[in-house]
Amino acid sequence: MSALLEVSGVSVTFDGFRAINNLSFNIAAQELRAIIGPNGAGKTTFMDIVTGKTRPDEGSVTFGERSVSLLSLSEAQIARAGVGRKFQRPTVFEDQSVFDNLMMALKKPRGPLAVLMFRASKGDARKVRDLAEEVGLGDQLERKSGELSHGQKQWLEIGMLLAQEPRLLLVDEPAAGMTLAEREHTTALLVEMAKTRAVVVVEHDMDFVRRLDCKVTVLHEGSVLAEGTLDHVTKNPSVIEVYLGRG
Amino acid sequence: MRLFLSILAALFLALPAVAQGTPAAQILADNRALVEKSSRQTIGPVIEALASSGDPAAAAILAAWADRGLGLHDDGRFLLISEAEAGWALRDLSGAEAGQAAKGEVKQLRPNSGVRGLIATALVQFQLADPDPARRSEALASIARDPSPDHLEPLRVAMAKASDPAMARLERLLTLRFDPDSAARVAAIESFGADLGLDLRAALNPLVGTRRIAVAGGAPEGENLAASLTPGKEITREAAYDLLVTADLAPARLTEADQRATLIENIDNGSVAGIPVAALDNRAERDRAYTALEAEGRAPAAATEDEVSAALAAHSFHDVYAEPDPAVTEAAEAALARIGLKVGAMQAADLSLDALSLASIYFLAAIGLAITFGVMRVINMAHGEFIMMGAYTGYVVQQVVADRTLSILLALPLAFLVTFAAGVAMERLVIRHLYKRPLETLLATFGISIALQQLAKNIFGTQARPLTSPGWLDGALVFNDVVSISYIRIAIFALALVFLGVFLFIMKRTRLGLEVRAVTQNPSMAASMGINPDRINMLTFGLGSGIAGIAGVAIGLFAKVTSELGSDYIVQSFMTVVVGGVGNIWGTLAGALMIGGMQKGIEWLNPSNTLAAQTYMIIFIIIFIQFRPRGIIALKGRAAGD
Amino acid sequence: MTQGFLAKNPSVLIFLAALALFTLAVTLLSHAYGVSFLSTSFVKTLGKTLCLCLIALAMDLVWGYAGILSLGHFAFFGLGGYMIGMWLMYARTEEIVVQALSGAPLPPTPEEIVSGIGTQIFGVVGGSEIPWVWSFAHSLPLQLMLVVLVPGLLALAFGWLAFRSRVTGVYLSILTQAMTLALALYLFQNDSGLRGNNGLSGLQNMPGQGAVTQDQLSVWFLWASALALGLGYLLCAWVVSGKFGSVIRAIRDDEQRVRFLGYSVESYKLAVFTLTAIIAAIAGALYYPQAGIINPAELAPIASIYLAVWVAIGGRGRLYGAVIGAAFVSLLSSWFTGGRAPSINLGFYTVNWVDWWLILLGLAFVLVTLFAPQGIGGLFDLWQGAKHPKRRGAPLGPDDGSFQEKEAVE
Repeated sequence: MSALLEVSGVSVTFDGFRAINNLSFNIAAQELRAIIGPNGAGKTTFMDIVTGKTRPDEGSVTFGERSVSLLSLSEAQIARAGVGRKFQRPTVFEDQSVFDNLMMALKKPRGPLAVLMFRASKGDARKVRDLAEEVGLGDQLERKSGELSHGQKQWLEIGMLLAQEPRLLLVDEPAAGMTLAEREHTTALLVEMAKTRAVVVVEHDMDFVRRLDCKVTVLHEGSVLAEGTLDHVTKNPSVIEVYLGRG
Repeated sequence: MRLFLSILAALFLALPAVAQGTPAAQILADNRALVEKSSRQTIGPVIEALASSGDPAAAAILAAWADRGLGLHDDGRFLLISEAEAGWALRDLSGAEAGQAAKGEVKQLRPNSGVRGLIATALVQFQLADPDPARRSEALASIARDPSPDHLEPLRVAMAKASDPAMARLERLLTLRFDPDSAARVAAIESFGADLGLDLRAALNPLVGTRRIAVAGGAPEGENLAASLTPGKEITREAAYDLLVTADLAPARLTEADQRATLIENIDNGSVAGIPVAALDNRAERDRAYTALEAEGRAPAAATEDEVSAALAAHSFHDVYAEPDPAVTEAAEAALARIGLKVGAMQAADLSLDALSLASIYFLAAIGLAITFGVMRVINMAHGEFIMMGAYTGYVVQQVVADRTLSILLALPLAFLVTFAAGVAMERLVIRHLYKRPLETLLATFGISIALQQLAKNIFGTQARPLTSPGWLDGALVFNDVVSISYIRIAIFALALVFLGVFLFIMKRTRLGLEVRAVTQNPSMAASMGINPDRINMLTFGLGSGIAGIAGVAIGLFAKVTSELGSDYIVQSFMTVVVGGVGNIWGTLAGALMIGGMQKGIEWLNPSNTLAAQTYMIIFIIIFIQFRPRGIIALKGRAAGD
Repeated sequence: MTQGFLAKNPSVLIFLAALALFTLAVTLLSHAYGVSFLSTSFVKTLGKTLCLCLIALAMDLVWGYAGILSLGHFAFFGLGGYMIGMWLMYARTEEIVVQALSGAPLPPTPEEIVSGIGTQIFGVVGGSEIPWVWSFAHSLPLQLMLVVLVPGLLALAFGWLAFRSRVTGVYLSILTQAMTLALALYLFQNDSGLRGNNGLSGLQNMPGQGAVTQDQLSVWFLWASALALGLGYLLCAWVVSGKFGSVIRAIRDDEQRVRFLGYSVESYKLAVFTLTAIIAAIAGALYYPQAGIINPAELAPIASIYLAVWVAIGGRGRLYGAVIGAAFVSLLSSWFTGGRAPSINLGFYTVNWVDWWLILLGLAFVLVTLFAPQGIGGLFDLWQGAKHPKRRGAPLGPDDGSFQEKEAVE
């Protein structure tokens, strides 16, 4: 199996606290993966490292067929290389319309000059409309995104990620604060997305993870505790002890 | 008539008796002609005789003479005279009252400056032997102010009688300059070692003074050479040739002004030497015209480049010591080098003290800001105006309480109260509504800042108000001629230390500090544990502002109190906090030390220009931020946040 | 495309029309070309105000749109003024020197002229040598290039250093303020080569245009300023209307998120910072010939803060807001401080506006920041009845803690 993302031997320390400790694992090119773990297990830090926000003290993170090291790239370069990130709380640009938000995310040259000269073609506008339809915001295009409901913002953000056409998608607690119907919609979106790319979901909610029906990695104290199907890892005694036992 | 003659005769007979009353009078009387028409050439022995007469009044007589206080009565008596209502009040040479006389009766002696100089020299030994130590040291000081070879002898005589260290030091200083014996001078120079006294350097520097000479041929004989100069290397060719011209060893070069003058003189019918005037608007044409004039013999020949080279080659150029004795100059150079080294070390020490005191000032100005900015992440552009308010509070207190010490002691807590209240008011009215909007806080507090500044201007006027420090803070702690620090700066340093201690105590040991830290780290958690973040924010802001007020009193003591006092410090204060690292008192301390040290360091490298020092320091800080964006002492990891 | 741009931004057309009308009106009321209703000095004040509007536009672009509260744009304004001032002063002095030397029996050599200019210009700072910074001062085209290049390169270098190390928010503001202070202090020195605190003077005289009166010149400069303002407005409106504007507003609201979208935030900030610095420099180059004198005090950090005040009062994040703010506050300011505002007699105290204007301004500014963050421009929204999402005073940015680590470090 050729891995899209390969994390090996990564450690990072904050003020003496080891947030990530010799973490290693791989993610394949088309894969849906859930990462679970108790508070402080290093889930968010892991995503920070992959997206370039945090630099690890040691270890390597490589991406793609040509095994590009992500550690020497800036956040923007990593994003352009094909890593998308969805935050726990929806972060869309509230002062701008849904259309503008999506247009900004659309995969196009990102340099200042190119952007300055950019004027949306008919094809671009159609693509944005299609994406909006896909995430269920087809009739909201002209609204300011700040006026959307919480769930709609989540979908807009997922739509923006899709527009970026990433090869690897990191999703942080997508289901938090959603209604049951919204959750189902979100699950379907994620499963659909994982058919053409790698999707990593960080989640607390066991129910939601079960619904995703995918391989699960359990993190604890910054390293991998167990890996496998949800049923497999929930039977692991150490997992029960550190995570399920507490919850 | 007879009566008159007989009185005259009686007086004449009486005169020698009176004159012979004291040895001094005798000497004066014996040399009456010389004294009456005194001149530098002839009077020497008379003064000498007076000085060594052993007469107790000799010193007073000599002093009076120099001060035009010696008169010659028509009857031939010398008298001490002083201006009186009608003519002169008289005292005889032993100092006893001798009545009065009309102006015409007594001739005032007016020695010229040469004679006065001789008298002064003779007086020196009297002063040096004076039983009163104050008079003695006054005499030493006057010699030190204006040393001359003549002083050496009286000084040694006086030393033989009674010596003290100051006198011995002065004797050595005079020896190294004026003693005829070269070995004695060298010994005197070396006896000082690396002494730091300014008087020593003042004595040594003339010894190594040089003048620049040009001579035909090689090095001159009989001169004490400091260095030989090669044109084009140690001395520019132009300077070398100018030396030759000054010494009349070579003809002057043609200056542009001379050329222009000559050309103008020779304008003939709109042209010079056949070249029309209108064409003479560049150097090449002017040179051509001048050469033509030269050829016609109508202009003096100017030295050409070849002639200049030849002249330079035929002469040699030297720096020559004014002091002819090589042994002395060598010893003096060596001594100056030793002293220079030591002065350098001492200057470094002095500079460190200066830097330390500047750092304490910045620390004082910044510590309040470190609290409001560092702990609360609130930018307070009006911080400088709080400093100003503190200073003005001090000024107002001094208007009411006259006693300086008491008024300062009152002003410190009062300034704290005033600015604490102002800070709390500002927090309640403005800043509270702008938390989490740091840029708008910056702007709103700036609005307050300009309003406060103008208000201060309206109340106190634009001229600087004095805030006078108590007498016991005047003066300086002097270690030696190089290293000293004023007491006021020591006081500020101590105040800075006290603040550091108080701040640490409040933050680490009190309930308030605990709550402040809790609110800083996690406001919602703190609130859920029963801490009122509103109250804490208010108190923190008040505390930061209050400290600014106290800093204002301290700064006002050495800076002029004007409405712009605060804005002079605000940028430096921000720099201190930013460079040091936000949210950490030790960072503020490190920032203050670094900025103070830097500023003094740059001023030392470029002492003429404090503006440049500030410019370079700011540029340095901008570059420094590149490498340590979070300051010297940075909070690491997640706690630093975004 | 341009048609579409104007059609989509009707405010641009309205603004340009208003500006043209204003210019025409002032011309017709001027001394030189009209009915002499407005004094020449007032025409100059209006021309200067237009330049201030232009720099306010730049400030709005960099602050209101890109969220960089620069307290240094007046430094670029001043530098632009210095650059044009060098040519004005040099060329003017050259005329005077040539005039003076023409009476001499010999025609002057170029060296004599240059040394004469040196003595004239640098006599006040005790020099006669022309410093190297004046190397291009003899040539208008070269010096015009410097108007753009010097502030542009300074902004580029400073911005590169600052943005590269991710200095943001108030830190950046303080850093820009420090830059301004450093520049002002540098110019205050006599050996900066720019006449120290004397600054450059006599800039109101146009070299080679001895026959043109100040009355005419003032109107010419008004036209030039209006043209620059119009073009600047068009440029800014074009920049912010497209995707670029969308990106820089996104950077203002949440720059980390923009990074994760793949945009290199630093390059965008640098581009905006440099562009606005150049606009500011051009504004300065037009301002100081009308003011007649420039000295380092003009670059003091306080000036840049006032600039922020204008934009905030006018309403940031909208271009016409910046223009209105700059015009309104600076004209009002000169009215109050010029002693023309009537004093108010309170019986026990007479409020003299020369003394109290700054207090009024400061407090008004605090009130605007607190209660009317939209500034004067917000009135237009009321007038249009346009509805904005109710934020209840919340900041424009994302919710608190979008990026705060939720996995607390215990």
